[in-house]
Amino acid sequence: MPLDPAFIGRTYPPTEPYEVGREKIREFAAAVGDDNPAYSDPEAAKALGHPDVIAPPTFPFVITYRAAAQVVEDPELGLDFTRVVHGDQKFAYTRPVRAGDRLSVVVTIDAIKSLAGNDVLTVRGEVSDGSGEHVVTSLMTLVARAADEAGE
Amino acid sequence: MAISFDEVEVGTELPGRSFPVTRDTLVRYAGASGDFNPIHWNEKFALEVGLPDVIAHGMFTMAEAVRVVTDWLGDPGAVVEYGVRFTRPVPVPNDGTGAVIDVTAKVAALLEDRKVRVDLVATSGGQKVLGMSRAVVQLA
Repeated sequence: MPLDPAFIGRTYPPTEPYEVGREKIREFAAAVGDDNPAYSDPEAAKALGHPDVIAPPTFPFVITYRAAAQVVEDPELGLDFTRVVHGDQKFAYTRPVRAGDRLSVVVTIDAIKSLAGNDVLTVRGEVSDGSGEHVVTSLMTLVARAADEAGE
Repeated sequence: MAISFDEVEVGTELPGRSFPVTRDTLVRYAGASGDFNPIHWNEKFALEVGLPDVIAHGMFTMAEAVRVVTDWLGDPGAVVEYGVRFTRPVPVPNDGTGAVIDVTAKVAALLEDRKVRVDLVATSGGQKVLGMSRAVVQLA
């Protein structure tokens, strides 16, 4: 059954703050094999003008992906997650995520479209720091494949 | 050393790189990112849902591709926007070799305020795995 377009514009409550730690950033950078010192050495990060180590550009997904669970698991929306693939991902940064940030996400369903029988859902995550300042926006497109194409 | 806007033009190529990915890489990435979807580590499950093999996390491929940009910039904080489309999965066989993600990039447009748009091409086994892969970056 196609997703109901009436859910376009639905906004979920802000998530509990996620506290970004230096060691989590280090772990993430190591997992993607990136030894840029801005991710691990506070002095190197300061030399670039950042108050502490910063996180790699795709790190915010760790936080926005958790936040998007509110949409994926919304019983009223009824998304079948076993058929969902990640279609597109975009980030627009006001500044990089950095150690010490306490980040909260407000998730909104920006779009619901039906394309060739697939449901295409755009989920926006607005990430703000502890003082309410914008840090990064995540736009995630999820494609729920039509049931008869599950073998694709 | 920050790259100056005055040094680049449309068509300027960034140094390309190749990124190996093995099953062990995917387990580490799953742990670090919190994405434990079994299609990224459980071959039996991946085959059951119709995939050719365990596949890399799309977000892993996205993370590797932008390294070509951040290595060029020096300061990863100079990335203003970054987006990709996941057009094709990267199968990662359990053969000790895994897969390789090859990334090239070039300056595609000069923007206002000394920003440029960089277009990336990411392939694995000769097949394009990302589409519309673009970063907007702030140059000095």
